[in-house]
Amino acid sequence: MIKKTSPGYKAVVSPYLLWSILFVIAPMFFVAYYSFTGSDGAWTLENILALGKYTPTFVRSIWHGLLATLICLFLAFPLSYFISKTSANTQRTMVALVMLPMWMNFLIRTYSWMTILQDTGLINSMLAKVGLGPFQMLNTRGAVILGMTYNFLPYMILPLYSVMSKLDQSVIEAAQDLGGNRYQVLRRVIIPLSMPGIASGLTMVFVPSVSTFYISQKLGGGSFDLIGDVIERQFQQAYNYNLGAAISLVLMVLILISMAFLNKYSDSGGGVVV
Amino acid sequence: MKPISKLYSFLIFAFLYAPIAVMIFFSFNASNSTGLFTGFSLKWYGKLAHDQAVMQALSNTLILAVTSALIATVIGTAAAVGIDRWKKGIVRNSVMNVTNIPMMNPEIVTGVSMMLLFVFVGQLVGKKEILGFGTLLIAHVTFNLPYVVLSVLPKLRQTDPFLAQAAQDLGCTPVAAFFKAVLPAISPGIFTGLLMAFTLSLDDFIISYFTAGPGFQTLPITIFSMTKKRVKPDMYALSTLIFVGILVLLLAINLAQARSDKKKKRI
Amino acid sequence: MKDKIIIDLKNISVKFDEEQVLKNLNLSIKDKEFVTLLGPSGCGKTTTLRIIAGFLEPDEGQVIFEGKLINGLPPHKRKVNTIFQRYALFPHLNVFDNVAFGMRVKKMSKAAIEDKVQEMLTLVNLKGFEKRHVESLSGGQQQRVAIARALANDPHVLLLDEPLGALDLKLRKDMQVELKSIQERLGITFLYVTHDQEEALSMSDKVVVMDNGIIQQIGSPIDIYNEPENAFVADFIGESNILDGIMRSDYKVEFSGQKFECLDAGFEKNEKVDVVVRPEDVVVVSKDEGMLKGTVTSVVFLGVHYEIIVDLKGFKWMIQSTQVQDVGDEIGLNIDPDSIHIMKKSEYSGRYGDYSCFSEEFYELSEPDEEEE
Repeated sequence: MIKKTSPGYKAVVSPYLLWSILFVIAPMFFVAYYSFTGSDGAWTLENILALGKYTPTFVRSIWHGLLATLICLFLAFPLSYFISKTSANTQRTMVALVMLPMWMNFLIRTYSWMTILQDTGLINSMLAKVGLGPFQMLNTRGAVILGMTYNFLPYMILPLYSVMSKLDQSVIEAAQDLGGNRYQVLRRVIIPLSMPGIASGLTMVFVPSVSTFYISQKLGGGSFDLIGDVIERQFQQAYNYNLGAAISLVLMVLILISMAFLNKYSDSGGGVVV
Repeated sequence: MKPISKLYSFLIFAFLYAPIAVMIFFSFNASNSTGLFTGFSLKWYGKLAHDQAVMQALSNTLILAVTSALIATVIGTAAAVGIDRWKKGIVRNSVMNVTNIPMMNPEIVTGVSMMLLFVFVGQLVGKKEILGFGTLLIAHVTFNLPYVVLSVLPKLRQTDPFLAQAAQDLGCTPVAAFFKAVLPAISPGIFTGLLMAFTLSLDDFIISYFTAGPGFQTLPITIFSMTKKRVKPDMYALSTLIFVGILVLLLAINLAQARSDKKKKRI
Repeated sequence: MKDKIIIDLKNISVKFDEEQVLKNLNLSIKDKEFVTLLGPSGCGKTTTLRIIAGFLEPDEGQVIFEGKLINGLPPHKRKVNTIFQRYALFPHLNVFDNVAFGMRVKKMSKAAIEDKVQEMLTLVNLKGFEKRHVESLSGGQQQRVAIARALANDPHVLLLDEPLGALDLKLRKDMQVELKSIQERLGITFLYVTHDQEEALSMSDKVVVMDNGIIQQIGSPIDIYNEPENAFVADFIGESNILDGIMRSDYKVEFSGQKFECLDAGFEKNEKVDVVVRPEDVVVVSKDEGMLKGTVTSVVFLGVHYEIIVDLKGFKWMIQSTQVQDVGDEIGLNIDPDSIHIMKKSEYSGRYGDYSCFSEEFYELSEPDEEEE
């Protein structure tokens, strides 16, 4: 192909490149640098060694992040499929309806769940009217998982929908034609062909779930420490940047590993833009 | 859709909108409770207009969102044009990988890493209070950039690579060729990127939380500090207003898009 | 067994929104026959196929398969298989797994599946391609995989929806021959949908010409070509000059101001009719010897013959002749009695068969488009 370009066009990428080096790459190095230095600036392994005590927190974060991610997958999969089967106009409306809550400040949405779940909240006062409860719902592990599921569900629905809406209907018909019943068509054709969307959705829900700090503080009542809470405390309350950096570094590496694992299934299209 | 699918979709949407409905409902509460409705009132909306801190934070947020979105759009569009010209290879790949970092990194890590950079530079130049509008702006431009790049790139791929050459052939300078031939073709992508950057910046809490200083608070940060105490319905009123504002904005854009689609069809 | 009816469609009607796609359609298909549904885009041929496959329920009418009513039976329970327009191969599976798909969902044994896949790949000349990814195959090879995949299920009827539409001309011709030979070897019913009249004529035992959701004619390829029932069929199958005529009596027809002998009878006296004369049946003679006289307005060389447009008092005839004529020449035309075909007047009368707007551009414009239904 003849695609002669003046060097001027190629060069316009340089401001972006410069910006990225300064404000994306350099900060990563600073995370590493602070991880391996003490508050006096001298090299030390102290921060890394101190991480051992946070192992339970890491395990808890990953475990709850995974749970929320899987719940999102199971909730989103049927919905995305239903949406992809409706008319083009309905699809547009429903996708807009999925996206709309994301434009609402997430702190307020999370807080709103507090008022729904608390002992004197909406659900318990309704239950009280029929003589039940009150049940403790707030400050439980369930509430934290609910908060994660709620906040990040759209990140699962959208990539799933975008893959499913591009599924070739005749491929599904071919599977039926060859004798596949509904379950077989789902397992043998629809799910395998949705894999890129599933992988993308899993990352997009897992990453923010595992690193959240606000949801666990509000819905877990502070007794429910996640790794995000620990990082936040080091930077905003304890002012131990070095330890905070070390924890962040480990979190980053953990996520990179899980993403590399998932990327084997995902297409290389550079993620899904929401 | 079958009734069972309809019911399922309804339940999911009910779940997604439950807290928003609660919030809107209690923003009209006469008492200062966010759990017990005592009567209809608009007083929290009135109170809001007189809340100096909130109004200041609102204007800060808007200024930040507009400037960061504009800067990101200019740099990002230029970047996309440049990336598009690089053939597959190490430059293109590394630029695309760098683009993915802020999107894939947990927000808290992005926020923390930038804070460390700023603090380090602050110590270097001996300025203690470095966090403020400047650092926030840098942070916002940084996380907006990938979204702009990724919305402009596909549009560039759709346009004819010979468009600019055709314009030059007809007598344009390379710069004029870009503005007269290429830019109009990719403007929908630029607009999408701008809008996305604007709303992301408007809504961002986590990264702002680590890069803002006491001198310049954005609305989400103000909301955060307010939710540390007991929230009064004025926060709900504020969120309702923002929600309605964004709803109107999105509707207007959709309408405009539908109209331009129709126009295209007629031609 | 040869005359057993395998598919019987009775009074089928289908509406999409307000548009009537099929109108009271009746069609019987015999076992082991190669039947082609032929018609332009939107004539309802693909809709008919989808009703038999089970992807579409008719609003009215009965679908009878091997003597049993199968309305409402889902596609996976029907003993028919489909070759889709764009093959619809499973992109996540290799050639072997694509062909094995139907047998796997039926939970057949591994050994049986292995045997059958090998047999099918041999049938379509794709032995050795088992592990290939379907997207790495050429269009023709993908087509073969689709055929093997459908036939691996031992369907009683194979439905083919414009299967060769995406292939280039040369490959299409080869596949036509191959499909026909597969059908003869396996001895199963093929129901074939196409808009390509040549394809229909060369492969089928029986052609069903459709337009506007209505069957226009059913017959053998020779019948359809020689004895078209109305102006639509005459025009759609091959080239035709279609003229207004009047039956003066049995075996006597008048058109273009001349009386002609013909082989048709049974019309009322002075009944208005459509007269069909195929371009290759017109004999060019000198101006004085011709029963009809006209002026040559265009001559196009097509390799085998010249296509000559002749103006006869405003009506333009198309003539195919191996002899070259010059534009502007006056020539005479003769027509033998057995070259004249008389049709009853229909709603299509007057819409086809005049080459007044004929130009060379038509060769490009009239290239058949993909059917969109």
